Amino acid sequence: MEPIKKDGIYELKVDALAENLARVTDFVNERLEGTDCSMRVMMQIDVAVEEIFINIANYAYGQDKGDAIIRLEIKEEPFTASITFIDRGTPYDPLAKEDPDVTLAAADRPIGGLGIYMTKKIMDDVLYEYKDGSNILKLIKRL
Amino acid sequence: MLDIEKKASGSKLEITLIGRLDTTSSPKLEEMIKEVLPGIELLIFDFKDLEYISSAGLRILLSAQKTMNKQGKMIVKNVSEEVNEIFEVTGFSDILTME
Repeated sequence: MEPIKKDGIYELKVDALAENLARVTDFVNERLEGTDCSMRVMMQIDVAVEEIFINIANYAYGQDKGDAIIRLEIKEEPFTASITFIDRGTPYDPLAKEDPDVTLAAADRPIGGLGIYMTKKIMDDVLYEYKDGSNILKLIKRL
Repeated sequence: MLDIEKKASGSKLEITLIGRLDTTSSPKLEEMIKEVLPGIELLIFDFKDLEYISSAGLRILLSAQKTMNKQGKMIVKNVSEEVNEIFEVTGFSDILTME
């Protein structure tokens, strides 16, 4: 019998609005569920996808409307998922932001600023480039 | 989807979260906490049915912890391995009192 093929590229285009978050995470989850990806890794991918998509929804287009493309690529060798977010909003490199101090006590911690830091910690790689008028942010996670 | 159950007795309040605490569902919890926290001296979060937490949820926990540091104590119990990993990565495991 032929082995089950895990390789695939899938794409979703949505309005960059916070209310579309569930559509984006469902899109990614449904495709990952077909692989041997663990619950733990799936949750980590969800967290990263949420942080990046919500950032785009909240900031990329200011008061204007725009869309976001989410491209999921599942590779068998090595077994990885890459999720690329493309928007045509204001150029913004989230990786340029300084990491928050996660050793501070509660009283000294600012509320917020954790999203991109968490994303960097729980993904194997996060890459950003601005190309042809688009922000392109890529998350890579071993499955 | 997030369901919130709360059980209050005097100055003690226990909140059980069922489902996902994310950007979409967190405003509901934030609003509720704002309303009920005055006068509470012991706040307990039961996370046995919490499947997922993102930074939007962490913000609420941090904010509640800050408030409770001033007026009493906050305890988080029954944290799953997956959620705990998020706490570890973000240093929340040092801030929160877990049981």
